[in-house]
Amino acid sequence: MNNKTADKLATWAFWLTAGIILLVLALLVGYILYQGLPVLTPQFLFGRSESIRAGGGIGPQLFDSFYLLVLSLALTVPLGVGAAIYLSEYARPGRLLELIRTSTETLASLPSIVAGLFGLLVFVNLTGWGYSLVAGALVLTLLNLPVMVRVSEDALRAVPVSLREASLALGATKWQTIWHVLLPVALPGIVTGGIITAGRALGEAAALLYTAGQSIGALDFHNWDITSPRSPLNPFRPGETMAVHIWKVNTEGKIPDIRRVADGTAAALVLVVLLFNAAVRWLTRRLQRRLQGV
Amino acid sequence: MAEHKGHRPRRAWIEFIPPVCAGVLVLTTLAIVVFIAQRGLATFVVDRVSPLEFFLSSLWKPDRPVSAGGPALGALTFILGSVLVTGLAVLLAAPLSVMTAFFIVEIAPAAGRRFIQPAVEILAGIPSVVYGWVGLSVIVVFIRERLGGLGFSVLAGALVLAVMIVPTIVSVATEAVRSFPQEAKEAALALGSTRWQMLRWVVFPAVLPGLLTAIILGMARAFGEALAVQMVIGNTHTIPHSLLDQTITLTSGITLDMGYTVIGTPWNNALWSMALLLLLISLAFILVSRTIARRGVLR
Repeated sequence: MNNKTADKLATWAFWLTAGIILLVLALLVGYILYQGLPVLTPQFLFGRSESIRAGGGIGPQLFDSFYLLVLSLALTVPLGVGAAIYLSEYARPGRLLELIRTSTETLASLPSIVAGLFGLLVFVNLTGWGYSLVAGALVLTLLNLPVMVRVSEDALRAVPVSLREASLALGATKWQTIWHVLLPVALPGIVTGGIITAGRALGEAAALLYTAGQSIGALDFHNWDITSPRSPLNPFRPGETMAVHIWKVNTEGKIPDIRRVADGTAAALVLVVLLFNAAVRWLTRRLQRRLQGV
Repeated sequence: MAEHKGHRPRRAWIEFIPPVCAGVLVLTTLAIVVFIAQRGLATFVVDRVSPLEFFLSSLWKPDRPVSAGGPALGALTFILGSVLVTGLAVLLAAPLSVMTAFFIVEIAPAAGRRFIQPAVEILAGIPSVVYGWVGLSVIVVFIRERLGGLGFSVLAGALVLAVMIVPTIVSVATEAVRSFPQEAKEAALALGSTRWQMLRWVVFPAVLPGLLTAIILGMARAFGEALAVQMVIGNTHTIPHSLLDQTITLTSGITLDMGYTVIGTPWNNALWSMALLLLLISLAFILVSRTIARRGVLR
């Protein structure tokens, strides 16, 4: 085989691989939407779920998914941005920085089931909260912190040195520079980090099985008193997200229409993920334009 | 000078927050290691199970009464199951992912940027239970009807995991391939090599450490994945003899039994030991990928 032929064959093989990736994606998303979209009626999306009878919806699960997301973002974003500020503006190379980097890496590669077990031990048992949304939110925070820190740190580091120098030259303190110059400029990057985190939090299930729990309890959607155990807003009640619901109906479901519920929930989840993905792309493009504009 | 003083009190408390955030990160990581280790070692310290038995025996009778010899806690089946599905998934995903990375950077950057990279990002974002559900309703059914057996199998687990880790490997490998300097590529082409020869003999050997790092990260993700595997692998305590046999993994074992066992019992302790093993293996993956990356820099 001469060199030219080998080169052509290789090129052909590379195109084939790329084609396989596209085909897998198209089949996967196509299948999920084809099976699930017809299920996604308002009754299904907002209706109560059933545990024995057919015809249940995913209303409570939909609510819990987003409520848990809000709770965990409220922890992940400040903590992540704070740590990122420390890493990009204060930390000096040395032992301490090594330790922080190693910790972040360890958290990033932590199997989510192991994080969930840690949550069971500490946030469920040790605190005495039992299965609760707070415990779930804390574990999601653990899992998402590394991404939040990395993306925010990159965003802060990408701020041009000239902006820092200009701010300091005008007499601003280091913190004033961080607060009034660096954070606003890095904001799109930080928001991107938040959205990536949110997408992951919505899809996570293994870490929530033994922290947020696998049941919705007796929720009363007219009760908005945050301290009442039946209120959807009570963060100390157990909750079940859409991702956990898919797993739950398949492994322990007693409803006759498992197929319909799982298809519908999967489609709803994938649609949300696609939406978040589009948001990240749009933001990133805006960020690039803005940086080129500066 | 007076103005400078005026800023001091504010500076004092708020600049305290970033290091505290970093500290929280470090402390929780330490806490995770300490807590899981403390629970996970109970099997060996409290229940006096020998590590040899735990790692090398496949006899798993966690609730056998004392009259019949007491609990037997050999976790070999779980360990083999995890190693087997992970290994197969990486064998399937690694070549595909590495070639895709080369495609994105070297073969068709425009098509890569417009179609392949977004596709990979979407694949990365699809939740693992959705992969599990599609595996259950498509792959398991296909295997049962076309290849025989129950469908729940090592093969189904490996296929689901392979698709799940492609995005991880592609994104890290793409960075590695992209880091290769343009001049060296041009030099190879100027010497008369074809694009394939340039990629195979110049770029590939140079970026190999980065590619291996990517593959190890994918492997770590496959090893730690719980629900997607649990949904398609059958979860029987048997060592598989063919790809179509069922088995169980460390993660699926923990997922299934943690809710039904009482804390402090030998059975429950054994599950924590399996969690500790998972934690240690994921730490080992980090160490290996770091070592490879460092060696890559030295070269």
